[in-house]
Amino acid sequence: MKPLIKDPLSLIIIGVAGQGNVVISSLICNALVREGYLVTFGQSYPPQQRGGSVINYVRISREFQASPIVPQGRADVIVAMEPVEALRMLNQYGNPDVITIVNVRPLQAIDVTGLGVKYPSLDKLIEDIKELSAQTWVVNATEAAQKLGNAIMANVVLAGTLVGAGILPLDRNSMEPVIRERFPKAGDLNMKAFDQGVKLIKRKSTSSAS
Amino acid sequence: MPDIDIDATGKTVMLLGNEAIARGALEAGVGFVASYPGTPSSEILPALAKVAKRRGLYAEWSINEMVAMMNAAAAAMSGIRAMATMKQNGTNVAMDFLATQVRWGVRGGAGLVLVNCDDPGGRNSPNEQDTRSVAKMLDIPMLEPGDFQEAKDMTRWLFDLSEELDTLVMLRAVAKISHTSGNVTLGELSSREHRASFPLDPPRMVAGGSLNAHARLHEKLEKTREKYESSPFNRYVGPDKPELLIIACGASWLHSMEAVRLLGLQDRVGVLKLGTIWPLPEKLVVKHLAKSDKVLFIEEVHPFLEGNVMELASSRGPTGPHPFFYGKRSGHIPAFGELNPDAVIQAVTRIMDIAYQSRPSEYSNKVEAAAKEEVILRIGTLCPGCPHRASYWAIHKALKLDGRDGFATSDNGCMSAGLGPGGFFVAKTHGAMGAGAGMADGFGKLGQFGLSQPVLGSVGDSTFFHAGIPPLINAVWNRSNMILIIYDNSATAMTGFQPHPGTGMTAMGAQGQTITPEDICRSLGIRVEICDPFELDKTTETLLDVMRDEDHGPRVVIMRHECELQRARRETPPYLVYVDAEKCLGESCGCDRLCTRIFRCPGLRWNEKTGKAEIDEVTCCGCGLCVDVCPQGAIVREVAVSEEKELQEEIVGR
Repeated sequence: MKPLIKDPLSLIIIGVAGQGNVVISSLICNALVREGYLVTFGQSYPPQQRGGSVINYVRISREFQASPIVPQGRADVIVAMEPVEALRMLNQYGNPDVITIVNVRPLQAIDVTGLGVKYPSLDKLIEDIKELSAQTWVVNATEAAQKLGNAIMANVVLAGTLVGAGILPLDRNSMEPVIRERFPKAGDLNMKAFDQGVKLIKRKSTSSAS
Repeated sequence: MPDIDIDATGKTVMLLGNEAIARGALEAGVGFVASYPGTPSSEILPALAKVAKRRGLYAEWSINEMVAMMNAAAAAMSGIRAMATMKQNGTNVAMDFLATQVRWGVRGGAGLVLVNCDDPGGRNSPNEQDTRSVAKMLDIPMLEPGDFQEAKDMTRWLFDLSEELDTLVMLRAVAKISHTSGNVTLGELSSREHRASFPLDPPRMVAGGSLNAHARLHEKLEKTREKYESSPFNRYVGPDKPELLIIACGASWLHSMEAVRLLGLQDRVGVLKLGTIWPLPEKLVVKHLAKSDKVLFIEEVHPFLEGNVMELASSRGPTGPHPFFYGKRSGHIPAFGELNPDAVIQAVTRIMDIAYQSRPSEYSNKVEAAAKEEVILRIGTLCPGCPHRASYWAIHKALKLDGRDGFATSDNGCMSAGLGPGGFFVAKTHGAMGAGAGMADGFGKLGQFGLSQPVLGSVGDSTFFHAGIPPLINAVWNRSNMILIIYDNSATAMTGFQPHPGTGMTAMGAQGQTITPEDICRSLGIRVEICDPFELDKTTETLLDVMRDEDHGPRVVIMRHECELQRARRETPPYLVYVDAEKCLGESCGCDRLCTRIFRCPGLRWNEKTGKAEIDEVTCCGCGLCVDVCPQGAIVREVAVSEEKELQEEIVGR
């Protein structure tokens, strides 16, 4: 087992219900357990199948089975499938050392469409996210997935980005078997999505000191 | 994760708590499993159903939890290890049977296990409950897993315990165990053969009524307590003489360990983790109480351990150990809701007078300011393309046109959206499974007291079979002026698309007998209308007509349209939908932004810059319903011709 950058290593993987962030968490957790790590993957989700925020807590340790919930202000990594959700999580779990990966494609909430609530300026939002993170990766995973044929694959793209960022003790070889097991009918397509995600981080990486 | 019957003893895999429970049952040689879907219990039955044929099991989605429990008891009494699984509200439904069943045991048959999954905080339930109280009330031996390995190991062991005691036993798992995944090292699969026969002359069945049975049950509980005293499911981690002793169970144990580690208090605070919840292992608890003069209880939901340990301590008399007890009663732990590591950190730092800061305050100030300005509320709603949105839209319109202050009731599952903006606030009551029907039946009898508002009772299709039929029969018998709307989306959607009698498929994937709501309703001799809610105008007219038809007792309207998510699991979207920017008049239209402000499908969005509506192609499911909502005809649907149909099918099927 390779050492972790921190033990326990605490990830928040957030998305809007329907985006399938659970797939990201489930893929990396399965790969980590295969490598021998102790992993706890907890979830908080709304009752309906769509619309609300779905929070995944991924805790990785070589020593113990951690709690299914990250303590406030104690996330090491935040992966957000939607930019407002990134700031929502920074507010609860962020700290000056946090690493943030954010998909820039906004999704309006029904209160934005319906009650005149304004979706914030995307530029300002991204600027704040960078300001509040030790390191930030801003990527357009949705666009990459659409190019592959369907926006739903943004989740696997982001899994590639997360692994490509080199934060986890995982690489392409450790991910391929779990991706093919999860998608027996579309293994090649999802490996393409994963590789696109890795490429995004190589091309679009930005970092700023907080 | 491969299927849960993977033959790999000693291998460590990641399992969902509920999958671990299913694996434990397989390792114990379970032969018969029955359940009704309910979050957070829903994954146990499908995991077993998937492997049922090749493992020689029988797995069933039953019509409701009472029937599931009765089925499992019959199997156990006939020598087949049996399990029923349900959420806390389901255990309420089964409770009448449980109360008697536990007294008669399994007549010397095979193990009988009830798995109950509690939802602290009631995030996915109409309420929160603590089913440990049911174990105490009904004298049922109960265990509670503190991690995923235990979820498996306890389930396996409970079958042995049940047989040894000749009684029903229970596992209680909280949502953060059932719906959390973690490491589980697999044990050996059972090679037990399943052969059923019912002994007519059971050795341990004694006549003499319920008092004798109750007395025998108490003897069984004492035997259980003795076993619990040395159980490996109870563990202590910490110094010999801790300044503070935490007593915890379930996920609260993981939160407690986290808090102690984070605060660096391993040398000062001890944690006693209890897995044997009822009856309490009294000697073990008393031994640990002597370790510290401060005890803190961490548990979800009620102060169950807290109350029972305090009772035990006080029964020890003046010479017994009497520490100071902290927990829900003292206000150190929230009295309701789901717990987390921070709740434990707060309590411990307060009791031990320690300072703790989760992050620098400068950072907190910055992030809180940004969040206040930019983080928008994102409430859950009905999915894009949901047929219930169409039904609620028609109801909303019909109630307005009728003009008599009519209202709808709501029921469990996706129907509860009727209470909120997703259902245009048409529903005004919410209760339990079947309450949408039963309450409407009640409102329908208040005419003699002057209630003249029409009431549209609501029930989902799965719920109709579960608990909606008796209220409807009651309404017919007593001539209630009631309308029952059955929302038939051919799925148990909220809990994850389990089949039910209306779909005809069984849990094991066989074609069973299909039973339709209209056949049942028509057999009662009442008026039954069937609408496709996507035909908005026709549905509204039908509703109006049914509301005015008040002289013939109950009427039923079936809203039939398949759940969009279920359809999308099979097929590509039917339409390509877009807004014709030339035709959309925006704020100047006079429609008051009907599509985005009132109809509010998440697939529609409002473009601030252009002042017009548009479709979010990422969220839109292509159902085309909004086309009929726009008064300008500005929303356009084109039959989707996918050039890459094969690619799309591949993605859908992924």
